[in-house]
Amino acid sequence: MGSEARPFFAPVPKASGWRLFLKTVVARAYPRVVGQQRERSWIFFDVFLSILAVSAYVFVYRAIGAPEEYVGFVVVGGAMTAFWLNVLWSMSSQLYWEKESGNLALYIMAPNSMMAILLGMALGGIIATALRAAAILLVGSLIFHVQYAVGNLPALVVVFLFTLAALYGLGMMSASLFLLWGREAWQLANLAQEPIYLLSGFYFPVKNLGFWVAVGASIIPLTLGLDAMRQLLFPSGAALGFLTVPVEVAVLAVLCVLFLVAARWLLRYMERIAIREGRLLESRR
Amino acid sequence: MSADLAIETQNLGRIYTIRNRRERRIRKEVVALRDVNLQIPRGELFGLLGPNGAGKTTLIKILTTLLAPTTGWARVAGFDVVREPHRIRPRINMVSGGEASGYGLLTVRENLWMFAQFYGLPSREANRRIEELLRRIGLADRIHTKSSDLSTGLRQKMNIVRGFLTDPEILFLDEPTLGLDVNAARDVRRFIREWLDAHPDRTVLLTTHYMVEADELCDRVAIISQGRMLACDSPEALKRRLQRDALFDIEITAPNGLTSSMLEALPGVRKAVLTDADGGARLSLILAADSALPGVIHVLTERAVQVRHLTKREPTLEDVFVELVGRPLAEEEVADGQ
Repeated sequence: MGSEARPFFAPVPKASGWRLFLKTVVARAYPRVVGQQRERSWIFFDVFLSILAVSAYVFVYRAIGAPEEYVGFVVVGGAMTAFWLNVLWSMSSQLYWEKESGNLALYIMAPNSMMAILLGMALGGIIATALRAAAILLVGSLIFHVQYAVGNLPALVVVFLFTLAALYGLGMMSASLFLLWGREAWQLANLAQEPIYLLSGFYFPVKNLGFWVAVGASIIPLTLGLDAMRQLLFPSGAALGFLTVPVEVAVLAVLCVLFLVAARWLLRYMERIAIREGRLLESRR
Repeated sequence: MSADLAIETQNLGRIYTIRNRRERRIRKEVVALRDVNLQIPRGELFGLLGPNGAGKTTLIKILTTLLAPTTGWARVAGFDVVREPHRIRPRINMVSGGEASGYGLLTVRENLWMFAQFYGLPSREANRRIEELLRRIGLADRIHTKSSDLSTGLRQKMNIVRGFLTDPEILFLDEPTLGLDVNAARDVRRFIREWLDAHPDRTVLLTTHYMVEADELCDRVAIISQGRMLACDSPEALKRRLQRDALFDIEITAPNGLTSSMLEALPGVRKAVLTDADGGARLSLILAADSALPGVIHVLTERAVQVRHLTKREPTLEDVFVELVGRPLAEEEVADGQ
C-alpha cells in the first residue's frame, strides 16, 4: 500500500430519510427539464404537429355545424394529449431505457429509494410537458378563437392536479411493467394508443360513447380529468359532462392512490426479480 | 467476521437458471461462480484477474447487492448482502468499464451532481468535489461539455469520478480501463492509486483482464477462471511460485506442424504456449530447469524451425495464469467466446 497523502476531501454528513428522498426526486427530475431546453425540436414535433391534428377536428366540427364549444373541447384535448404521450412513451419506457444504458443498476445500488427515482421522472415529465401543453393550448386558442368561461378556478386547478397525479401514477406503474415484459409491453402500448384516443374522448365529450363504455374508459385518468376540466372551462360543459365534477374528482383521487400503491408494489417486485434472477439488470454493454 | 475486513465471502456461488419462456421449465443451468472464499481487509486494493466470462462481474454484482447468491454468503462492510443491502448501499459505489450511464444532454458537472444527490451529498460539497476530482483526473476543461460529446476515454474518466465522488468505504471497479487508450488507462490507474494513498482506510475491489494493470495496481490478486478461484496472493508471491522454473520466450519461423503438446511431452517442459507472431510464431516456455532447453531446440531443428531470438526472463502474472489455467488469457477468452 502506498504512502499516506492528504485526503482529496473531508467526510461530510449526507442526507438520509425524507431529505434523501426529496434530493433524489429533484435530481432525477433535472435531466428532463433541462433536456427539453437543450433539444428544441419539440417546438415543431410536439406543438406544430399537435395543432395539425387539432385543426382536422376543428374543421370537421365547423363543417357539420357543431356547437362552438366543441372547438374548445378539441383544443383542450390536444393540449392534454401531450401529457398522455409523455406518460405512454417516455414515462412508461424510461426504466427500460435506464436498464439499457446501465443507469438502472446504479439507481438500485444507490441508497436512494427507487420510488423517488420514479417520482423524479414523473415530476420532470410533468414540468417539461406542461410547457408543451401550454404552447398547444395558447396557439390553438389564438388560431381558433376559443372562448373560455372559468367560473371556479380553484376547482379547475384541483381537477388538473388530480388528473396529472393519477395519470403519472399510471405511468409509474407501467414503467415497471414495461421493464418486466420488455418488447411485449411496447407492442401493447402501440396497440392501445389509437383506441385510447377514442375511448378517452380527447376530441369529443366522452358522454357520447354511452354510459358503460365511458365507465370502462374512466380507468384512463385523462377520461374523467378532461371531462371535468371541460365542465369547468366552458358554459355548456356541464350539460355535456359525463359525471358531476365532484364525483369525477373523487374517482380521480381513488385512481391516484390505486396507481401509486400499485407502482410501489411493482417496483419492489421488479427489484426482487432483478436481484434473484439477474436478468433485469443486463444491459447491452 | 473481523471488523478489519471490508469484504468476506464463504462458499459463495451463483447458478443462472435459463428457463423455457413458454413452459417455464428449466432449460439450462449455468454455473457462473462456485465456492469463492475471500477475505479482503480494509485499505486493500484487491484485484480479480480472469478472462471474460470467468465470473468476475457476477461476483461484483453479488457484492454490490445487485444479485443474490445461490450458495454461500457474503458480507460487505460487515453487513450481509442478502439481508442488509440497505446498510451496504450508502457505503459502496461501482464503476464499470464501457458503461454509458448518465444522460447525454447533461454536462459532465450536471451528470455528476445528479448521481451525488442520490447519495445525499449536499449540493455545494458535491460541486466542490466534482471540480477537485475532475482536476485530478485531467478532465477539468470538460466540466461544461455535454457528456454525449465526450470520447470513450473522457466519458470513462467521468464515470470514474462518479464512483469516487461519494467517498465510498468500498469501491468496486469492474474493468475500469476497458477499451481505453494507453494514456487514458494510465491516467485512470494513477488516479486510483493516488486516491488510495490519500484515503488509506478505503478499499477497492478491481476486476481486470489486463495482467499489467493487476501487477501494477493491486496489493493482492485472485486468479479466477470458469467461476472458480484458482489462487490468491500478492503479485510478487504469485510470481515467486514460478521463480524456481526457467522461463523462455523464443521467436521462431513458421512452426511447420509443431504443436504445444509435442513440446510438453518432452522431459522438463512444464508448459509450452505457441502463438502467432509477425511472419512466424512465438513460443513461451516454462521449464523445470535450463537443462530442458536443448531438448526443445532439438525438436525445433528436427522440424526445420529456425530460432530467430531467444530470451530468458522473469515470471509475470501471465505466466502464473498459464500455469494455473493451462493456457494464456487471450486464448481462454477465445475459448469462452466459442
